[in-house]
Amino acid sequence: MLKIGPYEFQSRLLLGTGKFPDFDVQKEAVDVSGTEILTFAVRRMNIFEPNQPNFLEKLEVEKFKMLPNTAGASTAEEAVRIAKLAKASGLCDMIKVEVIGDDKTLLPDPIETLKASEMLLEEGFIVLPYTSDDVVLAKKLQELGVHAIMPGASPIGSGQGIVNPLNLSLIIEQATVPVIVDAGIGSPADCAIAMEMGADGVLLNTAVSGAQDPVKMARAMKLAIEAGRLGFEAGRIPKKRYATASSPLEGMSV
Amino acid sequence: MKLMINGDQVEVPDNVQSVHDLLAHFQLVDKGAIVELNREILEKSSHAETRLADGDKVEIVHFVGGG
Repeated sequence: MLKIGPYEFQSRLLLGTGKFPDFDVQKEAVDVSGTEILTFAVRRMNIFEPNQPNFLEKLEVEKFKMLPNTAGASTAEEAVRIAKLAKASGLCDMIKVEVIGDDKTLLPDPIETLKASEMLLEEGFIVLPYTSDDVVLAKKLQELGVHAIMPGASPIGSGQGIVNPLNLSLIIEQATVPVIVDAGIGSPADCAIAMEMGADGVLLNTAVSGAQDPVKMARAMKLAIEAGRLGFEAGRIPKKRYATASSPLEGMSV
Repeated sequence: MKLMINGDQVEVPDNVQSVHDLLAHFQLVDKGAIVELNREILEKSSHAETRLADGDKVEIVHFVGGG
């Protein structure tokens, strides 16, 4: 069971809602994924097009915990404002702190992320910061009292998977709050590796929404996360340099 | 009355007096709109009683897909 702040979840997959081919595919992918936490962004409404379809209309929102992000923010203050706007909807009290420090790599700004997390904790939010895989930053965020740490596997939408497994394993090892691998996941194997390493969950979006068959990929990710978690709990064998026979060496009929 | 809505100057008719009226005018009631008036975020419950004045800066946002 995944526990974030006061909430408990059966599923360890957090799913983003961006860039799906259409809302029907999105709904099916969400259903098949088994996710209980959906992320989304806050943006200006087009006030002159009131009947524009919105993704929330297709989903049974009450079935999910909503995790808005602060994407678009480049300072702590902007992130706090977006978080407060999201909270004013009355639909959520969790926030994914996302303060981008570089437009090309979309890597998070560590200083502003830390500041924003502190301010949002003071405001009473359930705070889940998206961070780089910096071990010391993860520790400092944890000391602030954030409710989960969300280190990126690799840059957002890059599909490169876990590029620094050493750092990720160190973050997991020192963690006193859930570690959710966020961003950069490309394939089910990436999910399984993250979970086998002991991550508590995976947040992904493009790997599903951008797949040729998003619904099938949503199911693949769900299974990979479950398999990886079971593997972690079961405890894998150590790696050895040479072979060890699986069959008995005695009683050979020769 | 002239308002600055989402960065654009917009003229609204005289019968628009409250934030709720404004949302109704643009057919945005129950569309999940979140409103900020002059940098102050409004609770939904205060939309009806919050009055608008000429030159007010209004931000109307909502949730969109994102990761």
